[in-house]
Amino acid sequence: MAEFPDNLHYLDSHEWARVEDDGTVTVGISDHAQESLGDVVFVEMPELNSEVSAKNEAGVVESVKAASDIYAPVSGTVSAVNEQLEEAPEIVNDSPYDDGWFFNITPSNLDEISSLLTASEYQKVCEEEDH
Amino acid sequence: MLIFELSSEGRSATAQFEEAVPVTDIPSAHLRSESPGLPEVSELQVVRHFTNLSKKNFSIDGQFYPLGSCTMKYNPRGAHRAASLPGFLNRHPLAPEQNSQGFLACMYELQEYLKDVTGMQAVSLTPMAGAQGEFAGVAMIRAYHEHRKDTDRTEILIPSAAHGTNPATAVMCGYKVREVGVTRDGDVDIDELKSAVGPQTAGLMMTNPSTCGVFERRIQEIAKVVHDVGGLLYYDGANLNAILGKVKPGDMGFDVLHMNLHKTFATPHGGGGPGSGPVGVGEKLMPFVPTPVVGKDGDDYRWIDQSELPLSIGHLSAFMGNAGILLRAYAYARLLGNQGMHRVGEYATLNANYMAKQLTQAGFRLAYPERRATHEFIVTLADEARDLGVTAMDFAKRLLDYGFHAPTTYFPLLVPECLLIEPTETETREEIDGFVEAMVEILNEARETPDLLKQAPHTMPVKRLDDVKAARDLDLTYSPEFLDNN
Repeated sequence: MAEFPDNLHYLDSHEWARVEDDGTVTVGISDHAQESLGDVVFVEMPELNSEVSAKNEAGVVESVKAASDIYAPVSGTVSAVNEQLEEAPEIVNDSPYDDGWFFNITPSNLDEISSLLTASEYQKVCEEEDH
Repeated sequence: MLIFELSSEGRSATAQFEEAVPVTDIPSAHLRSESPGLPEVSELQVVRHFTNLSKKNFSIDGQFYPLGSCTMKYNPRGAHRAASLPGFLNRHPLAPEQNSQGFLACMYELQEYLKDVTGMQAVSLTPMAGAQGEFAGVAMIRAYHEHRKDTDRTEILIPSAAHGTNPATAVMCGYKVREVGVTRDGDVDIDELKSAVGPQTAGLMMTNPSTCGVFERRIQEIAKVVHDVGGLLYYDGANLNAILGKVKPGDMGFDVLHMNLHKTFATPHGGGGPGSGPVGVGEKLMPFVPTPVVGKDGDDYRWIDQSELPLSIGHLSAFMGNAGILLRAYAYARLLGNQGMHRVGEYATLNANYMAKQLTQAGFRLAYPERRATHEFIVTLADEARDLGVTAMDFAKRLLDYGFHAPTTYFPLLVPECLLIEPTETETREEIDGFVEAMVEILNEARETPDLLKQAPHTMPVKRLDDVKAARDLDLTYSPEFLDNN
């Protein structure tokens, strides 16, 4: 059964967002997403220091089954990318919420985070999809 | 085995050598200094090598091939024979019109048949494959808006059940893609569509019947919503087989479409080609069709080029599409005749619904049980995956052991653990029953000996491939070191 940590915010397109102590936002894909995708074989990241806008494509994740866009949960500047994933995309499967993070955003408006789903709301989205 | 492994120094197939042509005028800087490293083998070795490889393939000539969305129907030998007549085979594409009247007459008539069967006003045969047909279709939508100086239209709407090629096409033509959701019973979410359209809408691309294997019931309402904001409707002909001769996309309100002749008109599905993706257009887009098209003056047939169609989006290939494929499609249409064409959709749909019913009675779950299937339908194995730990892929691989090509797996993405099954109209009831029996056997195995599925296939020349390793460590180039290391 997939995990849905309570301290994260979610998009219905299966990204999670975590507000760090320094006010930046870390982004990854959910446990449910990595389970449905299966073995991740390729990850494409946004460029460091590039601008991303909320609910727009910022990257790509590819498994043997499918390729999906990664949407930015909030607008801002990309302040870090997880370069490890380029060499070892399987980390996304092994540790979707920790080592498997995708990128980090310095948000231009952190209020946008309030429009995201809570863990329980997102869990409901996933259950409906699986039905 | 690679043919390189058969290589023996100095061995060659002299029967294939032409008289050597003396090469004198190539600058020495451009001449290679080493031989190209080709395998050195006898002619018989080459023949055996490739014949044996071909025998390892599944193909429509050997096996039932219910690959959903691909319409793997029988390619009649008569069409092949007609297209292989020496007059067609030896015609040079630059031959004068007066020496090509037979060929041009066939192409003109094919244009007319395709117009008739789709309800369109004009057809261009020139796109070389479905993807190019799609590109041509959306390029015409773009040309239409631009010609009207209506340049603020930046978006193409695409239902989430669409083929992956649709968003790719829209992006290639410079549009942004906006996705429109699908309701639980497989129709486009019309409320979402209404809120998505606006002055930025260039058009909507859709497949009907959709990839969910159901006919979009509110297509006329959808057409009105899109037309009311000035957008155009694009019909992806991927699933035309289901409605061939029964419903015309032109009557549903579509402005432009492409057809996959290698699906609906029974021309061979090659390994990536040669395909054929003619486009048909309604009145608004007639000035923009890709050239050349074939015209008729009195009893004479002739090419119509950009001199007469100045707004055309232009040429898409050196000449006009894949001539041999177009001839096969023409022969197929003639073999069927008007009445036969009507039976294509009927029997494709009958076979799919019969098979869906048989599988349901045997305990399989349909993704859209309340809907009538079109030419294809979706079985979801989500229950089996949860309860028995066997996946749609395990079923697909095990089917190979039973002598059936696997259906399409994990597509559409909307449905978890799915098989998209398309029997086509050319299969007998016995063949369909045989497939259903195999599915039932495999379901029993899944309950009793699930490892049999998880390790499948057992009888094929290659076992289950490690597709994760293949994708992560992609290696497509041969080098002599490869042999030393493997």
